[in-house]
Amino acid sequence: MTKAGAILRFLACGSVDDGKSTLIGHLLHLTGNLYDDQVAILEQESARLGTNGAGIDYSLLLDGLTAEREQGITIDVAYRYFATPQRHFIVADTPGHERYTRNMATAASRCSAALILVDARQGVLPQTRRHALICALMGIRRFLFVVNKMDMAGWSEQGFREVQAQCNRLAGDLERFGLPRAECVAVPVSALNGDNLVALSPNMPWYDGTTVMGWLHAVAPGEGMEHAAPRLPVQYVIKVARPGGAWQEGADGAFRRGGNGTFRAYAGTVVSGSLKRGDRVVVLPSGLRTRVREMWCGDRLVRQAVAGMAVALSLEGEHDVVRGDMIVAEDQRTELAHLFKVRLVWMDDQPLYSGRHYLFKGVAGTATAGITRIRGRIEPDSYQRLAADHFSLNDIGEAELALSLPIPFDPYAENRETGGFILTDRLSNATVACGMILHPLRRTATVRRQCEEIGPPERAAIKGQRPCVLWLTGFSGAGKSTIANCLERKLYTLGRHTMLLDGDNIRQGLNRDLGFTEAGRIENIRRIGEVAKLMTDAGLIVITAFISPFRAERDMVREILPGGSFVEIHVDTPLEECERRDPKGLYRKARQGEIPNFTGIDSPYEPPRAPALRLGTMARPVWECADAIIAYLREHGLLPE
Amino acid sequence: MKPNGALHQLEQESIRIIREAVAEAERPVMLYSVGKDSSVMLHLALKAFYPMNPPFPLLHVDTTWKFREMIAFRDATAARLGMELIAYTNQEGLREGVTPFTHGSRAYTDVMKTDALRMALDAGGFDMILGGARRDEEKSRAKERVFSFRDARHHWNPRGQRPELWSVPNLARNRGESFRVFPLSDWTELDVWRYIAREAIPVVPLYFAARRPVVERAGQWIMVDDGRMPLSPGETPRMKVVRFRTLGCYPLSAAVESRAATVRGIVRELECARSSERAGRLIDFDQAGSMEKKKQEGYF
Repeated sequence: MTKAGAILRFLACGSVDDGKSTLIGHLLHLTGNLYDDQVAILEQESARLGTNGAGIDYSLLLDGLTAEREQGITIDVAYRYFATPQRHFIVADTPGHERYTRNMATAASRCSAALILVDARQGVLPQTRRHALICALMGIRRFLFVVNKMDMAGWSEQGFREVQAQCNRLAGDLERFGLPRAECVAVPVSALNGDNLVALSPNMPWYDGTTVMGWLHAVAPGEGMEHAAPRLPVQYVIKVARPGGAWQEGADGAFRRGGNGTFRAYAGTVVSGSLKRGDRVVVLPSGLRTRVREMWCGDRLVRQAVAGMAVALSLEGEHDVVRGDMIVAEDQRTELAHLFKVRLVWMDDQPLYSGRHYLFKGVAGTATAGITRIRGRIEPDSYQRLAADHFSLNDIGEAELALSLPIPFDPYAENRETGGFILTDRLSNATVACGMILHPLRRTATVRRQCEEIGPPERAAIKGQRPCVLWLTGFSGAGKSTIANCLERKLYTLGRHTMLLDGDNIRQGLNRDLGFTEAGRIENIRRIGEVAKLMTDAGLIVITAFISPFRAERDMVREILPGGSFVEIHVDTPLEECERRDPKGLYRKARQGEIPNFTGIDSPYEPPRAPALRLGTMARPVWECADAIIAYLREHGLLPE
Repeated sequence: MKPNGALHQLEQESIRIIREAVAEAERPVMLYSVGKDSSVMLHLALKAFYPMNPPFPLLHVDTTWKFREMIAFRDATAARLGMELIAYTNQEGLREGVTPFTHGSRAYTDVMKTDALRMALDAGGFDMILGGARRDEEKSRAKERVFSFRDARHHWNPRGQRPELWSVPNLARNRGESFRVFPLSDWTELDVWRYIAREAIPVVPLYFAARRPVVERAGQWIMVDDGRMPLSPGETPRMKVVRFRTLGCYPLSAAVESRAATVRGIVRELECARSSERAGRLIDFDQAGSMEKKKQEGYF
């Protein structure tokens, strides 16, 4: 049904003040899609604000938030709905400001065509190129460059031709960058006066191409998802366990064939391709092979479901299929992978560094995701790839991603539904990025782990102990190393096999190459975490004494260790006290500006929210702190009583 | 025009949204306001989980000023479908005698609708709340996400909405936080009526033109639904053939003169309508940006 009568979703984007809202408002009016009372209110507001002299300011129709009207800018996407005798349209009016790029990406992710506005007097601006890039990365292949404000550019053909040439260059640059060729057309308009919106304008007799509405009517809707490989991510499992009863009488006989009286169907949308009754399918990730037995669309049995249809299907045989599983055609299987090269649009105020962990969510489920490597940033107006070690807000770039479990996927270029994902922050719950899978990486397939005849349990058993990591965190000078040394001595006396990791043996050896920038600190902790993991695998009780100021990194270490073996201990000495003690004279130097990025002075410390143990060190001798840790270990079965 | 193609697409997308919301919810609920949009949303939910009953209760915030026909229709619908119905009234407001006549539409809406909704949601501990609002109803609604985050006080932050990419909503939340989910976001008023026609969905008879007792107030026809309506001296209700385009509390919903007595008639009427649906909603005109304000405070 994506062909006849389908809805065209498109967005209007481009630099701020290029007239997006005006264009859409005027299109709605000219196609008879505004009601009289809406026009009346619009006229009143326009007159009151006087933003367009005596005329109507159409942007007031779309900038629906108070803050937007006060500041005269678009902050978030506005959706408008209109129809002509030929077609239904959903248009997204997007913010032009770079700050609100994520809102623009929100709109682009669901659109199949883009109107890119360009001010005829200014030509293509960096923000125009940024928006075109985001649209193209999001998979939009149909662009109409709307060269606006021709009325203020003297209706000049030459002016238009120059801007058109810039637009063509932009399209060529996108192709050189490696994106598929887009369909590009340019049209000269005055959004304010309505020229070339629905009818060719007498003001520009030299132009005989398409009008904006003409293009919107002609352009193909959708992405041709019905021709892609069949995919159905399971959203919900419908279970009805009521043998007999009125519900069955009206229902099809098929419900009654559900074996022991439980009817079970897997509800989800066919996101691409089509599925028929009797098709051979594979359920991923389990790899189960079966056939489609019955398929319903609502309360109707259907023989076939094409892309876009929300169906429920039953499978032959009794299976355990759950939400997040993906049903695919047996002859067009997708791959399973957990290492990917991806493109990201970074949407968080906090920058991305490699080593950071987030939650990955796609149509085929969720997983923990680590950024293993940043491959580089894409310069949004030149489309050049540049070296980078982090992404800041609104940066676009390429990176490598490692998931905690393999997921079924398709490259984004082949399937917008199964190749796109979001990353969210596990603490703030914010959406920090949207991403597109380029291709899987096959490192783990070639580097097979050696078959381990002796495993961690055996190594721990011979030492007669339970390995764990006692992770001491706190400000510099809090007493971490002192307590750690005392603790190790006590454990040694108890006949425990231990290892102490601290600045002295790590920073001067393994991590000699790392600095104290945020990126350096993250990598420092990542390596320490990996070393600690190896040592617990070896059966040791590991004590670490590092400031480790960021929650995300401590959580990362927690995640790579077996459950319950990471013991977070907050050595909670107030900053003033640490600065007063200043055993190495570091605070004094930091205050004088000799040491940059010093925790507590010009770099933040994020205290643990729920540490296993919080040790106050004020008026408490070191040995008492060490005893408190030992008592904790005994209570939690990590040390024998 | 081929409305069926577009209607089919809207229907299928909405079912996907409803399933996603319910699958990720701990305690889902559907805000059932008894109007045409709620009727369509409920119909879509029946399809989404067929042959199972939708796995959530219906919640109706009863201000005690709803049309009597609405309450009768509500109870009959819940009984017919065998679904749990939670009717919630702000008892405190009721005790204090808050009515649209004594306190003005603004204060009345705050207490009997917005506060009541928040109280009802807290009482049920609901974390995923399906609502029938559409983006074409009003300018600030046009800006809202399909899956719209609410903090623990049920407040909406229009300037800091989560990005919403593809069909992959970020539904992560902490205890007390929730989502308002709008499966009909992309539907227009006309889409709703065409769908009601196509699917023969039952709706409250107040939508159809009939002779009803009305009085004229500020240029609008207000129906006298029961004896609680205070009449000015000399004001007597007249019988007029009217219908409602939008239904809320009877003193705040204006009727329109119309001869459309069937669903087909309504569709034909809307195809050449010159005024918008919310022109009959008195509370929206209280002040500029009023819907945004109400929504920020927790109104649907």
